[in-house]
Amino acid sequence: MKILVLVHNGPDGKIAKAALEAVGAAQSLGGEISAVNPVGDVPLHSLDVPALATAIKSSGADIVIAPGTSRFARSLPAAAFRAGAEIDTHITAVSNGPEGVTAQRWAYRQRILCTITRSARPWVLMTDCGVFAPAEEGSFTVENAAPVQATASSECLGTQAAVAGEQTIRPDAEVLFVAGAGWTKKQADGATHPGEAAALIKDFLAASGASLGSSKSLVEIGDEAKEAFGFMSHMNQVGQTGATPRHKKGLSTCCHGEEPHVVGWRFITERRAVNIDANCGWAQGKADVLYVADAFKVMSLVNGMLKP
Amino acid sequence: MKPLNIIVCGSIVPDPLQTLEPVETPQGPALKNEQMLPAVLDPWAACALYEAAHLAASTPGSQVTLVSAGPAPKLRQLMMSVAQKAPFALVAVNAPAGGFADARATAAELAKAIKAIPGLDMSNVLLFGGCSSAARDAGVTMQFLAEELGISEFFQAVDELKFSEDGSFTVLERIEGGSYLKSSCKTLPAAIGWATGSLPEPPNNPRTGMMNMPKIMAALAKAQPAAPAAGGAKYLKTEIPSSKRDTRIVKDMPEEEIAREIVQWIRG
Ligand SMILES: Cc1cc2nc3c(=O)[nH]c(=O)nc-3n(C[C@H](O)[C@H](O)[C@H](O)COP(=O)(O)OP(=O)(O)OC[C@H]3O[C@@H](n4cnc5c(N)ncnc54)[C@H](O)[C@@H]3O)c2cc1C
Repeated sequence: MKILVLVHNGPDGKIAKAALEAVGAAQSLGGEISAVNPVGDVPLHSLDVPALATAIKSSGADIVIAPGTSRFARSLPAAAFRAGAEIDTHITAVSNGPEGVTAQRWAYRQRILCTITRSARPWVLMTDCGVFAPAEEGSFTVENAAPVQATASSECLGTQAAVAGEQTIRPDAEVLFVAGAGWTKKQADGATHPGEAAALIKDFLAASGASLGSSKSLVEIGDEAKEAFGFMSHMNQVGQTGATPRHKKGLSTCCHGEEPHVVGWRFITERRAVNIDANCGWAQGKADVLYVADAFKVMSLVNGMLKP
Repeated sequence: MKPLNIIVCGSIVPDPLQTLEPVETPQGPALKNEQMLPAVLDPWAACALYEAAHLAASTPGSQVTLVSAGPAPKLRQLMMSVAQKAPFALVAVNAPAGGFADARATAAELAKAIKAIPGLDMSNVLLFGGCSSAARDAGVTMQFLAEELGISEFFQAVDELKFSEDGSFTVLERIEGGSYLKSSCKTLPAAIGWATGSLPEPPNNPRTGMMNMPKIMAALAKAQPAAPAAGGAKYLKTEIPSSKRDTRIVKDMPEEEIAREIVQWIRG
């Protein structure tokens, strides 16, 4: 079996971590592996698609594995189409057994786990980031493919942060801290305290290094609270119409734990929640521990204890 | 600016509050009681529709067409509410829609339906859809469809699209680590897989619904049944791995002690 692994460099010019994971996935299948970087520095669909399609076609590979980075997620499906290959995305496991090569992926946003196979070749498998053990440096070499001529009506203008200030989305953090709309709701004193809530959250992120997630309701809040919560955006949203981050631990605060939110927690191993409502969603087998308490008080104490 | 011809692709998915269970059928995996499950417009495709309507409203003479592949009775049901959200014309394809339907076959059906729109000038099309469906969640259909239609400019997970007077535009695409990639594009045609965008769900407007409905009913009556999909993935197993945890519910613990437990857990 010939396996082609498609990789690209990260912004630092080195091979992206997710690409090392894709090589790791390929190595777990066995076979003859070649790793190729067919794309240049400019991440544009109209340039990447012909380069990727040429790499697939010219490799003669049976299986093509590539990391599900935003760059390949954009362009690889069209490249597979042009190369006459089949493609499946968000792959979370691969194996080579009696059924041949099989792969796992989720349907219905992490609700139903599917094990699939295909007889058509080449078969492109795009791996989810943060799932596979990365290949060891030195266990493979990357060949840079010759550039493929293509024209584009588009131009890449560079990157920009979704919100001003410090980056709160930290995929490599051990802890995910999720803030829900409860932070902006009327509290026991009959008033809202968005400024205090935002300060508590920001202090926790600074002291713990955690990544910040949010419920949909919090990123869609009204104007008054929006000002205080200007450090978060839709990009922080976890769930059905948000992200499915991978962190070892997740702490949910002031968030009800409704199903469309909790489907985004599928890959969070240890889960704890702080909510004043003992019957919230987290109590229904969705968290390991639910602390029935006021998150304002608890997080203020946590922040005090985390301070050096 | 020249009027825009915006084609939005979007279908139905089960209401996310429903419990889903896979079952085996002779045609492959399906959802238990699939026909009975309340459906909604696929959330990211819905964002695409609202962005399209907003863009069309601010560019006089523009037209929005929703192209939707799904079982006709379910589409009819869905249109009762979606038709009240924004002015659009519907092109319906009577085809299976769901997490196990083949994306390549879906894209081919959508392409066929789009190419059959009378008088459509492909060189001036702005193709919209969601960046990923809440059913298949593959994020590939829009790219396949763009290929079928010969559109080579595609942007994925877009939160912002801004046109200039000369018809060029800029987009912000979501990339890793909470950042955006900003690109510009000189001309149409182009395809956009929308993420959330920036618009709230419009309230139901019965007047818009009344204006849309006759055209929509006619489109539904005309909906062509799709050819059965050939090929696709072979499903060896579909399952719901148990995710129910044995929740320890901690009541009446002093906040000081809760905080200490949390800190210990974070550091441990
Ligand atoms: C199509 C669709 C897609 C969706 N996608 C998503 C998605 O991707 N992500 C998502 O999150 N949601 C999603 N939702 C919405 C989801 O169903 C819920 O409405 C949402 O998650 C609720 O957010 P919340 O828990 O923050 O707010 P609320 O439901 O308002 O809950 C607030 C919580 O805060 C608690 N609280 C208040 N004050 C305190 C305090 N002082 N201390 C502790 N607890 C306190 C309350 O007890 C309550 O449980 C989607 C819905 C639909 C229909």
